[in-house]
Amino acid sequence: MALLEIDNLHAKIDGEHGKEILKGLSLKVNPGEVHAIMGPNGSGKSTLSYILAGKDDYEVTDGSVSLDGEDLLEMEIDERAAKGVFLAFQYPVEVPGVATMTFLRSALNAQRKKRGEEEISTPDFLRLVKDKAAGLGISQDMLRRGVNVGFSGGEKKRAEILQMAVLEPKVAILDETDSGLDIDALKVVSEGVNALRSPDRAMIVITHYQRLLNHIVPDFVHVMHKGRIVRSGGKELALELEANGYAEYQQDAA
Amino acid sequence: MNADIRPIRTPAEQAILASLGGLPAGGDRLADLRRAAARSFEEHGLPHRRVEEWKYTDLRTLMREAVPLAGPAAVAQADAAARLLRGVEARRIVVANGAVVPELSDLAGLEEGLRLTTLSAALASGDEVLSRLGGILPGRYDASLALNTALAKDGVVIVVAPGAKIERPVHVAHVFAGESAAASYARSLVVVGAGASFTYAESFEGPQGLAYQANAATEFVVGDEAHLDVVRLQEDGAGAFHLATLLFDVGRQAQVHAFTLASGAAVARTSLYATLSGEGSAVGFNGASLLKDRQHNDATLFVDHQAPGCESRELFKTVLDDTSRGVFQGKIVVRQAAQKTDGRMMSRALLLGDDAEMDNKPELEIFADDVQCGHGATCGAIDDELLFYLRARGIPLTEAQSLLVQAFVGEAVETVEHDGLREALLERAEGWLKARG
Ligand SMILES: Nc1ncnc2c1ncn2[C@@H]1O[C@H](COP(=O)(O)OP(=O)(O)O)[C@@H](O)[C@H]1O
Ligand SMILES: [Mg+2]
Repeated sequence: MALLEIDNLHAKIDGEHGKEILKGLSLKVNPGEVHAIMGPNGSGKSTLSYILAGKDDYEVTDGSVSLDGEDLLEMEIDERAAKGVFLAFQYPVEVPGVATMTFLRSALNAQRKKRGEEEISTPDFLRLVKDKAAGLGISQDMLRRGVNVGFSGGEKKRAEILQMAVLEPKVAILDETDSGLDIDALKVVSEGVNALRSPDRAMIVITHYQRLLNHIVPDFVHVMHKGRIVRSGGKELALELEANGYAEYQQDAA
Repeated sequence: MNADIRPIRTPAEQAILASLGGLPAGGDRLADLRRAAARSFEEHGLPHRRVEEWKYTDLRTLMREAVPLAGPAAVAQADAAARLLRGVEARRIVVANGAVVPELSDLAGLEEGLRLTTLSAALASGDEVLSRLGGILPGRYDASLALNTALAKDGVVIVVAPGAKIERPVHVAHVFAGESAAASYARSLVVVGAGASFTYAESFEGPQGLAYQANAATEFVVGDEAHLDVVRLQEDGAGAFHLATLLFDVGRQAQVHAFTLASGAAVARTSLYATLSGEGSAVGFNGASLLKDRQHNDATLFVDHQAPGCESRELFKTVLDDTSRGVFQGKIVVRQAAQKTDGRMMSRALLLGDDAEMDNKPELEIFADDVQCGHGATCGAIDDELLFYLRARGIPLTEAQSLLVQAFVGEAVETVEHDGLREALLERAEGWLKARG
């Protein structure tokens, strides 16, 4: 049994005339694997990540998703997080008035509580965050501020990785974590992600560009187009896409 | 001609008129003030929706019960009732049913430069400071203030000497203690001398089940270059009527900040009148109201820029659950002489209940040509995107909502400068959210 199993997933925008975005998407992810999903803009990559995280703007019309054999689509948003699903947002929102530390701590303790674990002690929590933040170049000042408030694009992405490091998910979905990063920031973020690779953790790395995959080397590469996976291969597929672009798929579409 | 002929007096009005009937004849300026106030009430009665300033808070309809004037409270009962802000290091004065309770009040050992007495004592001794009382006029008839002027017999009188820096806040704890509903009136006067600094806190509370009426008015005379912070916590009982009036006269280059956290009373109206009479002052009037069930809360402000170069800021946050109703009326007037005025006013409401309602009425009246003034009002539910983000990190729905509401309210509470009072208010706001579940 795979850790995450997506089978023939069909989904549309919620509402009477909502358009269909995912049109029969299937994917199996085992512990320890890193899967890259590449594809032109508008192919439904972010939609897939939102549906996995539980956003209710979409309606699943067919297919299934299971996590450790359990029906993921039946779970509440926060329950999915507690079971180990983590989405690093393409556009992380700013949450004024909720300090990053308060936010991280509420999230970690809520997850622990749901899993029947004890709350983390204050000193342990402070040490944990301090260690992880240092590696990502996140200052104490950023931690005291409201979540993502006044952060640059790159800082927001680093903050997402910090959250992931603190929450230690089973399946991390990184939605265009490379967008808006310069080469140095890309290195910092990639190192942060690589440090979290582990035999028990799977990652789905969504990206438009091959560049990120030089740093986070995937085990599998999938091409997504028009709501389904149209091609899968090893890491060399990313290089091929880099050379040829998505023209081939876009022509199909015409 | 006054077309508003109203021959019928409501039971509540009749009870108030009976209370007013006891005013003695003769006496000094204050006795004249009282009689004038009583007469104006006899003429106008309780305000109703056709009175512009009370359009959203129709007191004539809302205040149904006729209640007598409150008698004195038993000391032990008053002591038990006064719970709010006990943890804050402050000089505490307890005012029960409109009268200062000396046994529960810290009236001795005053810091140098601080004078503190009771209104009743000042009246009895013909204290010279009372020449300031009734000196700040709201510029329009206000029923709640008129009743207070006519009927208040006690309250607190504070004089801060010029230049005195009084570190320890004075906390006036208003309580209603009694078994049956009654009306209490308290009047206070705070005079802050030139260059002095002072923090004044007041709290309001009482039993949950009674339709008691708490009417409090405080006048603040703020001298040139003085610094005054006013921090208020209104948690009157769920059946109560809370009517508060704050009057400010602000001198040259003075700094005044007032903040109210309100979550109490069935019907509450807080009217704030500020006259900026000296050049270059800066005032901030902020508040947060937390409403649920069928609560009605009205914050009405009137800021009168008379002198040039003053800055005024208002930020009011209202959280509305269930079928509660919030009202914000803010009026900024800029007189012709008040060039270079910088005035900004904002009301933000967060609707948690589908049937909650917020009425915003911002007004600007500008007679000077070189000014910067603005106002805004927003009204909406919790942002779904933010809620999703928090939940996607594992925070359950109600906790995520609480965090976001707290953040919303926090922006206003954070403007309270005094650490102890700010922490205490944040805690009260948190408590309100926890109780909501
Ligand atoms: N909430 C939504 N409402 C309307 N259209 C949406 C919504 N979410 C996604 N779409 C549309 O669905 C398609 C796929 O979008 P998205 O999942 O963001 O693609 P990608 O991440 O691959 O660029 C696009 O055409 C987009 O406009
Ligand atoms: Mg996308």
